[in-house]
Amino acid sequence: MAIAKVLGIETEYGIAGGPDYDPITSSSIIVNAYAQQGRTRINWDFDGETPEMDARGRVDLTSFAPIVETHLANTVLTNGARLYVDHAHPEYSSPECRTPLEATLYDVAGEEIMRRALGIANDSLDPAAAITLYKNNSDGKGNSYGTHENYLVRRDVEFAHLVRAMVPHFVSRQVVIGAGKVGAETEAALEHNPTFQLSQRAEFFEEIVGLETTLKRPIINTRDEPHSDAERFRRLHVIIGDANMSQSATFVKLGSTALLLAALEEFGPVSFPALPRSPVHAVRAFARDLTLREGVPCDDDLSRSAWDFQDELWHVAKDYVGRTGASAVAESDEVEFILTQWREMLDGVRDDRDAVADRVDWVAKLRVVNGYQERYTLRDQDAKLRAIDLQYHDIRPSHSLAQRVGLRRLCGDVEVREAVHNPPLTTRAYFRGQCVARYPEQIVAANWDSVVFDLGEGPLQRVPMLDPLRGTHELTAELLETSTTANELLDALDR
Amino acid sequence: MSERERIQKQRSERASETSSEVTVDATKGDQLKADLDDLLDEIDEVLEENAEEFVRNYVQKGGE
Repeated sequence: MAIAKVLGIETEYGIAGGPDYDPITSSSIIVNAYAQQGRTRINWDFDGETPEMDARGRVDLTSFAPIVETHLANTVLTNGARLYVDHAHPEYSSPECRTPLEATLYDVAGEEIMRRALGIANDSLDPAAAITLYKNNSDGKGNSYGTHENYLVRRDVEFAHLVRAMVPHFVSRQVVIGAGKVGAETEAALEHNPTFQLSQRAEFFEEIVGLETTLKRPIINTRDEPHSDAERFRRLHVIIGDANMSQSATFVKLGSTALLLAALEEFGPVSFPALPRSPVHAVRAFARDLTLREGVPCDDDLSRSAWDFQDELWHVAKDYVGRTGASAVAESDEVEFILTQWREMLDGVRDDRDAVADRVDWVAKLRVVNGYQERYTLRDQDAKLRAIDLQYHDIRPSHSLAQRVGLRRLCGDVEVREAVHNPPLTTRAYFRGQCVARYPEQIVAANWDSVVFDLGEGPLQRVPMLDPLRGTHELTAELLETSTTANELLDALDR
Repeated sequence: MSERERIQKQRSERASETSSEVTVDATKGDQLKADLDDLLDEIDEVLEENAEEFVRNYVQKGGE
């Protein structure tokens, strides 16, 4: 049986400007600007962070675990999200959501939070030192930063099966959800001199499986940090994704991946297409192939293009939906919406790109790049084309090109404004966000699986939340509403 | 003629062309072309003026 696909996205934003141009200082200014304007100055609690744990059951000595930095600005928001400085970028980690559409809403809310933080920060800065933020994944000079998805997966799914089933999706889904990139920036990709690639991230991947996120990036990341009951759950940490400006792309990215993971849990990896013989070669070659027709050899001796893989995977997902209803992923109308959007975008990128320029980021971006190049007869290397690429991801409405290309929106303004402040109702993010909103003075720290209270006397009290599906509105709203203080809440929890 | 003026001129020429054509016999292809032209006009207005410098100065530290 598939378990509920609790999911979310964490996004590191590109950052420019700021006093002294130091990205760490600028990122701290952004996070602190937002944290100080509300009642959300709650610290992150690092207990439970074990990035060195390897899902393969042993620590891989050839790769190094990421360093968790504890001294940088770090806060928990009333919507259950985490807003902090990760390395040299401001990062928004969405709260745990129950469905792909909800996770899309909270990703869009993250953009709005960054936009508000930017506004507050720049109000206090000299205009010459104004900061700008970009929801993208690379600087065009070989430096990349991540957009990571997380999915709750049953612990008893063999890791080898996850690799077997999901690598074909992770190397090929860029044909539908890639954010597009002008040119190339790594040695391996520059060798082929592409004018445009489907994905921001593809060329940065060097391994099939591994623990790294910053060097030798793997297609399947093995970080085993469930942030929940490790006996029952795994959190699949997906690092091979682009930051999408198109809400439809974010939705299909999450929806397709969640359906395939649920299909794997339900029926095992047998019906999934065979692995490409060289997944790293495949992900890079697919990124450069704007015809979408170039095949790579697979373990079953067939050749498949990225489009072929997606077509087969769509049928795996459809079959799973037909046989089970896919309630692990979402209610039936939303599941149907995932399948129809995924199908339309997939057919569109092959047969009628203009028809999906309102949903597929790379198509929307390429249309502008080509149009502009033609209008002014520019060389492939012209800086203007790279500027278009970069500015597509600028989050300021005054500058954003993504906001001008006519992308379809799935989330309404009102629901986005609400999601900026309020947590999802059907995961433990509800309890976390509500505690931050109701008892900010008594919370000293919070993290994904606990909230820590200081009641002024006695030891600190940690409320564990090891099940992502508890701490919901249904289970805790009455308790929270009748507890006017943190003391009352903890007394009630003890009873 | 500066680039800006050139853009303005092209824009006004295009505007007069499209207003007479589109209404008569707008095939899907023409409509898409007209939409793209409008979009490119809009992008011209907001695109960073000094693209070279803008692109050069955008340097990030790796993350994740």
